[in-house]
Amino acid sequence: MNPKNPSISKGIDWLVVVLYFSLALIGLLCIFSVEYKTTDGLQSIFGFKKEYSKQLFFLMGSTVVAIFILLTDSKLFTATANLGYVVGLLLILSTFVIGKEVGGSKSWIPLGFMNIQPVEVCKIFTSLALAKYFSMPDTDFRKSRSQLIAAAIAFAPAILSVLQKEPGAAIVYFSFGIAFYREGLPAIYLVVFFSLAILIVASIVVPPNILFIALTIIAAMFIYLYKRKIKRNRNILFIIAGAWLMSVGVQKFLVPALFEKVLKPHQVVRILATFGIDDYKFKSPERTAEIKREFAKLGTAKNKPGEKVESYNVKQSKIAIGSGGFWGKGFLQGTQTRGDFVPAQNTDFIFSSLGENFGFIGCSVLMLLYFGLMIRIIIIAERQRSTFSRVYAYCVAGILFFHVALNVCMTLGLAPSPGITLPLLSYGGSSLLTFTILIFILIKLDADRQMVLR
Amino acid sequence: MSVFNQSRKNVVILVITGIFVIIFAQLINLQLFSSKYKIDADNQGIFRKVIYPDRGIVFDRKGRAILQNTTIYDLMVIPGKIKGTDTATLLSILNIDSAEFHKRIIAAIIKNKSYRASVFEPLLSNEKMAKLSENLYKLAPGYFMQERSVRDYPFEAGGNIFGYLGEVDSNILKNPLYEGYVMGDYIGRAGLERTYEKVLMGQRGIEFWKRDNKNRLTEPLEDGKFDTVAVAGKNMYTAIDIELQALGEKLMQNKLGSIVAVDPKTGGILAMVSSPTYQPKLLTGADRKKHYAELLLSPAKPLFNRSVTATYSPGSTFKTLQALVGLHEGVINTSFTVSCGGAFYGCGGGKPMRCLDYGTFDLRNAIRMSDNTYFATVMQRVINNPKYPNIDSSLAVWDRYMYAFGLGHKLGIDVPSEKPGNIPSPKYFNKIYGPGKWNYCSFRSVSIGQGEVLTTPIQTANEMAYIANKGWYKIPHLVDSIEEGDEFDMLSKFKEKHSALNIDDSVFEAVHDGMQWVVERGTGAGAKVPGIVICGKTGTVENYYRGVKQPNHAFFCGFAPRDNPKIAIMCVVENSGRFGGTYAAPIVGLMIEKYLNDTIAKKREAIVQKFEKLNLIPPRIYKEMKTVDSMLHAKDSAYLIAKGYITLIRDTMEVDKTDEEAILDELKKDKDKQKKDSGDKKIKINTEAILPNEKKKTETIITDTLND
Repeated sequence: MNPKNPSISKGIDWLVVVLYFSLALIGLLCIFSVEYKTTDGLQSIFGFKKEYSKQLFFLMGSTVVAIFILLTDSKLFTATANLGYVVGLLLILSTFVIGKEVGGSKSWIPLGFMNIQPVEVCKIFTSLALAKYFSMPDTDFRKSRSQLIAAAIAFAPAILSVLQKEPGAAIVYFSFGIAFYREGLPAIYLVVFFSLAILIVASIVVPPNILFIALTIIAAMFIYLYKRKIKRNRNILFIIAGAWLMSVGVQKFLVPALFEKVLKPHQVVRILATFGIDDYKFKSPERTAEIKREFAKLGTAKNKPGEKVESYNVKQSKIAIGSGGFWGKGFLQGTQTRGDFVPAQNTDFIFSSLGENFGFIGCSVLMLLYFGLMIRIIIIAERQRSTFSRVYAYCVAGILFFHVALNVCMTLGLAPSPGITLPLLSYGGSSLLTFTILIFILIKLDADRQMVLR
Repeated sequence: MSVFNQSRKNVVILVITGIFVIIFAQLINLQLFSSKYKIDADNQGIFRKVIYPDRGIVFDRKGRAILQNTTIYDLMVIPGKIKGTDTATLLSILNIDSAEFHKRIIAAIIKNKSYRASVFEPLLSNEKMAKLSENLYKLAPGYFMQERSVRDYPFEAGGNIFGYLGEVDSNILKNPLYEGYVMGDYIGRAGLERTYEKVLMGQRGIEFWKRDNKNRLTEPLEDGKFDTVAVAGKNMYTAIDIELQALGEKLMQNKLGSIVAVDPKTGGILAMVSSPTYQPKLLTGADRKKHYAELLLSPAKPLFNRSVTATYSPGSTFKTLQALVGLHEGVINTSFTVSCGGAFYGCGGGKPMRCLDYGTFDLRNAIRMSDNTYFATVMQRVINNPKYPNIDSSLAVWDRYMYAFGLGHKLGIDVPSEKPGNIPSPKYFNKIYGPGKWNYCSFRSVSIGQGEVLTTPIQTANEMAYIANKGWYKIPHLVDSIEEGDEFDMLSKFKEKHSALNIDDSVFEAVHDGMQWVVERGTGAGAKVPGIVICGKTGTVENYYRGVKQPNHAFFCGFAPRDNPKIAIMCVVENSGRFGGTYAAPIVGLMIEKYLNDTIAKKREAIVQKFEKLNLIPPRIYKEMKTVDSMLHAKDSAYLIAKGYITLIRDTMEVDKTDEEAILDELKKDKDKQKKDSGDKKIKINTEAILPNEKKKTETIITDTLND
């Protein structure tokens, strides 16, 4: 405690606190609307049996943790950032030994009253470690050495997570790219990254030969456009040719290899279903049969000829959200939510219960709350005097953004479902606690923004 | 330090904003512009539960419930919850083995999944029900009882009157008359249940329920805001005397044929027996389909309501009408006599119509002795009456009489599948012989009720009511009144008197005299009942089946008492052989006695027993039964139905169809009238469609006829 600031509320950004509690309470409401049965009595709210009851206690616990964070000295975070990171990695590693299997991935540590997913919690440590690294005086992000070290800090937990068969959680670690970009990562990286993303999607959607011709034509056009420069500098020709070769390699070998060998059948099916593809050609007949089985298992069969395939989960989610209309069906009135039609509606598909019960209005309010929270965090980031706080704030903004965007796009059928929670809304103590700590460390750092932290 | 990158903040905000815009666009697309999801959600999330009200109860003329509802229990099972229940007890109560048990459980899982209830044993008998309820605690929660309402017939008679309920089929669903029915609903398929479907059914209620992803109902939608309450079917009071009906069925046991008894004053049908009949309860309950198939395939056609659907040549019973026509036309008078010298020679050569009783007859005696020559002469005089320019017009006049007597057209009774019968028209003979190439001799056998004339038993009974009332009838009907009023205006037509002709009472008196003599000292002596003055007329009808002459049908019709007629009745015993007086007259006598005296005299009980045991089913039926039996043994009856071995019953179904088609055509016509400007052409086509169908040719071939 800073003796000059006897009140812990001094300098706190109340807007973020209000947004935090608004979102958490909406989450409680949604979980309640999914799980509540008319036979439930009052005691079930405090009984710690139903998930809405548990989430209520998790929220209380998180509030206590938040108050503790506000009571600590913000120097603690800079001091323990690296240590925390190592502990986080060890926690992830420990799951290989003592992990509990939940939903097919052995990435949880049981604590009795709740399960902790270290990959989830490790986002906090990684953010702090990155902030610490960037705030070190000898870090120069224009140098590739610094870039590599930053990337290693960011992706080490992600790689462990992939090894734990939890690739969804790993994807979120790409969100640190936003902080990197803000800290001066050359724009070319982002261009390459997005180009690669587009290329991969195109490899899935567009027939291979047509894409090959298209790539060749694009390469030829570049050569034509830059023919004068090429005359002056031969290297440009090599760069274009190299890029063409890389693209074709990705298209012809990398993506098919991913689909044929690396990805699990259910992951392949999720990706294909998002794009409405059910006739992807696999080379090996065993793989074809596997994928076919997986399609059947997910209930993705086409209803009518000409209709696109859709995974059962996404289809039910879209029906629930779509049937909500403008005003929604009213609290506890959603037929799809009450009838358990949407799988995992407490966790990954929580957005669909909101969409059904409160309609477009409810969804819009929620999305504006998230948008407001992110913009507010960016504003907070930009007013920091210390690099540590700024980088940390950008990390938080990025994680939030990835979670919200991927989760909502998934429930709306715009993206494959990687199994990412909706921050502060989805049921789960691990997720709620992680975001609470992330946000309240930020609030604490912001409250102490007059100090220079290293 | 990195402050120089501050402008990148804007790029980050732009990217975030971009993604949010995409999300908003998709939300707008899904929630505001796609109605598909709303429909999908309602289809899978809301269950429209139809609440079936109890069907109306039917009472007989003495206020006894003859068709009512009873509660029966089904044993239900939820396969997912039967672990640990006492299966052995269940098996011993239901008397099934464990193989059957497994079969049923698997069938239930296939049909309804293991977490939803399926019927394990439908329609439990009282005995099983009692044992099960004692042991239910051992079977819960996997098994439970579910009640349901089924039709109940306290008197076990009148199957042909009540008809039966059946599931709606695709034809009914397509029919706009039955709008609102869905697959799986029950609907009256024959008899009263069918005619008064609208009245008996009541109004179905609808409850909207939420259901979950496993198709279980969870809770009412918005606390039942959209539900409608079921309204029970209305009760109906009929003219039936159920004891009379039961007696009729008893007397007609082991015989083919029909009895129709009508109250001449009201037109109310007192009894309507069609034999063979069936126990009405066979067509409710668990084995309904099996029984239905058996009844359908039986060569004796138990489902065929002979009283209204079978057409017969009326035989000598027709002669009474000829007497009326002759007297009213003035071509004869009551003292007019004809001599029978062995046959009717009025047509010169050719095959003569024989008469059995030699002598000279006046009208009364001609009726008494059923003299062929007399009535052939009477009709000849009507047809060849110089008053009319040609035979076309004189036959048309005769036809008009017949129509006025209720013949040659559907009476409009409230029993489905009514046939119109046939009265030959000049048009018909012009078609057969060519205009001008035919004369009375071409159809002289019509005069004695053979040849081209066909009537149904109900028409004959109605004709008796006409004679009994001395010149009028009311359309025969089963239902007298409906509780809480006749909402659909189904009964008003039964209150009207039909008296198209103004025949003098003295004419009827003469005919009544003749008919009284028939019973007292004529061909119908078998109908005699001590203390009751019965007027009657016998008939013996030649008939052919697939071109082969069959034993004669025995007819007897009449009314009683003469002075204040309370019952008009007709009876036909198919292929009984002998004369109408032998078999049909005693049956009619017993029926009249039962109705008027409310009981049968002790010493006459023996006749009842004799008739109960008397078997007059022609050997032909037994022969056909054998082939059907072997087919039934060889193959599953359901398979036979699917394969179309049910041509026998098609006859009745066809009639139904034409009924509905006629109504549909009328509906269409009404619609066309509304849009008159669309041209006359359409209307023309439709009027043609509802003209009486005359192309049907009579199947019975008549060569020679016998007197009684």
